[in-house]
Amino acid sequence: MTADSLTISGVRLVTGAGISEQTTTILIRDGRIAGFDKVAEAEAVDRTLVADGCYLSPGFIDLCCNLREPGNGQKGDIFSETRAAAKGGFTTVCSTPDSSPVNDSGAVTHLIRDTAASRSPVHVRPIGAATRGLEGELLSDMVGLSTAGCVAFSNASHVFANARVLRRCMAYAQTFGYTLMLQPTNAALAAGGFAHDGMVTARLGLSGVPEVAETTAVSELLLLAEETGVQLHLSQVSTARAVEMVAEAQHRGVAVSADVAMHQLVFTEQALAGFDSRFHVNPPLRSEADRQGLLAGVRAGVIAAIVSQHQPHDPAAKRAPLGETAAGLSTVESVLSMGLMLVADGELQLTELIRALTTGPSGILQESPAELKVGEPADLCLFDPTLTWLSDGAGIHSTGKHVPLPQQALPGAVRYTFCAGRQAWPLD
Amino acid sequence: MIAHGSTSPSLQLTHEGRLKHFLTLDGLDRAMLTAILDTADSFIEVGERTIKKVPLLRGRTVVNLFFESSTRTRSTFELAAKRLSADVLNLDINTSATSKGESLSDTLLNLEAMASDMFVVRHSQSGAPHFIAETVTPGVAIINAGDGRHAHPTQAMLDMLTIRQHKGGFEGLKVAVVGDILHSRVARSQIRALNTLGVAEVRVIAPATLLPRDIESLGCKVEYDMSHGMRDLDVVIMLRLQLERMEGALLPSEREFYRLYGLNQEKLSLAKPDCIVMHPGPINRGVEIESEVADGSQSVILNQVTNGIAVRMAVMSMAMSGQVSERVKARPAEVRT
Repeated sequence: MTADSLTISGVRLVTGAGISEQTTTILIRDGRIAGFDKVAEAEAVDRTLVADGCYLSPGFIDLCCNLREPGNGQKGDIFSETRAAAKGGFTTVCSTPDSSPVNDSGAVTHLIRDTAASRSPVHVRPIGAATRGLEGELLSDMVGLSTAGCVAFSNASHVFANARVLRRCMAYAQTFGYTLMLQPTNAALAAGGFAHDGMVTARLGLSGVPEVAETTAVSELLLLAEETGVQLHLSQVSTARAVEMVAEAQHRGVAVSADVAMHQLVFTEQALAGFDSRFHVNPPLRSEADRQGLLAGVRAGVIAAIVSQHQPHDPAAKRAPLGETAAGLSTVESVLSMGLMLVADGELQLTELIRALTTGPSGILQESPAELKVGEPADLCLFDPTLTWLSDGAGIHSTGKHVPLPQQALPGAVRYTFCAGRQAWPLD
Repeated sequence: MIAHGSTSPSLQLTHEGRLKHFLTLDGLDRAMLTAILDTADSFIEVGERTIKKVPLLRGRTVVNLFFESSTRTRSTFELAAKRLSADVLNLDINTSATSKGESLSDTLLNLEAMASDMFVVRHSQSGAPHFIAETVTPGVAIINAGDGRHAHPTQAMLDMLTIRQHKGGFEGLKVAVVGDILHSRVARSQIRALNTLGVAEVRVIAPATLLPRDIESLGCKVEYDMSHGMRDLDVVIMLRLQLERMEGALLPSEREFYRLYGLNQEKLSLAKPDCIVMHPGPINRGVEIESEVADGSQSVILNQVTNGIAVRMAVMSMAMSGQVSERVKARPAEVRT
């Protein structure tokens, strides 16, 4: 639905900085926020929305969303997964480079952007492969990829051949001011594992990924980042110890940021106790102490962003004995609800949650902060914190039906998502 | 935070708490384990008759689904099913469907189409029998014959039967499991069974490389020094050491392992004089156990094999009757829909 001008009334504004006490009316014109309250109410508009009891937030920004296009249509595509993202309140998703073919050339980046331009209701920002084919051996054409539209570089869940390649990759990225988003994993220590090495693996006899598989890699990445001066972003940290190490490095002035997947803040290793393949994720769900450390990291701003790490799969990929299933959860539609559950439990403030979904990630992308100000693009999420929804079957727009919390009423339904002033959710 | 329980008891128990699958000893209480042992005791007598058959599974089809090869375990399951008068189909999946790329789900659909009543499953993946139990048509019983490093519940129960025969019960017993705990599904099931049945103490004796992290959370004490760990033992259970463990840098050599953790007469003499020696087999003589000890008066290794058939008969008959009772209960609901 298009409308050149629109007012939304009865909402409370929520940003990373705070929550408005009073209800507000907001005016959107020509894709931008054009005014508030008296200015808005005085305007004759094409459309008005009354949204009493709802919160209006800047649209959410996801630094890690697997859209499965090109190449993995049975798991999802830009059409299905960006609709799912819009339903989750996201107005910007960064697509991971592990498509098929890998996003390591300008041609693939253009393909993603062109497809998104015609098929996606939200902004799609491709992340380029840091190494050719994600093989960890040869550098990708970072400048070419950046020119084509890549906003950062990552090696997805693939490892670098050795520390020398990694160091050179950092030095090259640093030359041009690019951000490297790296998932910290020591491949040898993680080899063969798919669950946190701890109580549950001891009982179920699963191959474990020890905490040190992450922390030794974090240590190496921080030292190399400090030496090369690259803007380093650690993707999906999963251990409390890693958060401490990042905090210490930030304190020392190392240019490092970090994100965490929402499911790491909600679940622990115990989620695998019944061999539930949905919770086979990488990095694995860890201990309660780790979950507490990650939450503390988000509250303190050491972890600036919460991501969906959305990984849609076809049902067959999850229908096998645990160790033979594909890693990943279908999460992009449930991120806000999971966050609101943490807020309800007193584990996170609403403003901390919104900060980690808006200004936190926009800062990491070195973009202007996602704020609710006159003149800013109208990328908005309107949600009702008390309205519940079921993340089941027809309620899920992603191709991936392996959602974290099926068959229960989740708090916090997104009523509308607007992207550059256009309604991105719901769509007719 | 959202809590997630362990294996939901409903997966292997009926609403009345009867066994309908036998996947793991987790979630089974002492009364259930005792009932299995008592039923097994009654089947030992069957094995001593001239006609070694009872008609409990007559007309039923039992499929031995072995995704990992095993001669001994499969033979005892086959014999157990036949003594219960079932029709038995042995499928060595290792060399058939899955090597042609067929998924486990598809293999199961095909087998269900043959109207099987029970699958006895061995698989290299921990949790594969759980997956199968969740996937198959209701009414088909799943018996775990060993999955990955997770569980080997019939082996653990036959070990418990052996202990009960020799010790009269479990109260006050000190039991040690020695060797490669990390890779052992047998050890995990034994530790659970011993704790549920109420022994005084379970020890695991191994170097740190062969112990899972947080093993103490299963209810056992860790001992690195075997001489220390052998003290006051009533039962010592030796585990088989896979010789490929040397390759992953878990152990330096067989010789060093045998010197430190192999059971010989000298180490056995540190335990109680009536300590029994057990081993799930097959034995590596001179790697984890000295021949004189394996064949000695304190060894009960061959009793274990005999008991294996009786325990498997017990579990199979109990799970089948649990399935039947649930089917009878489910019938009115089917009429309504």
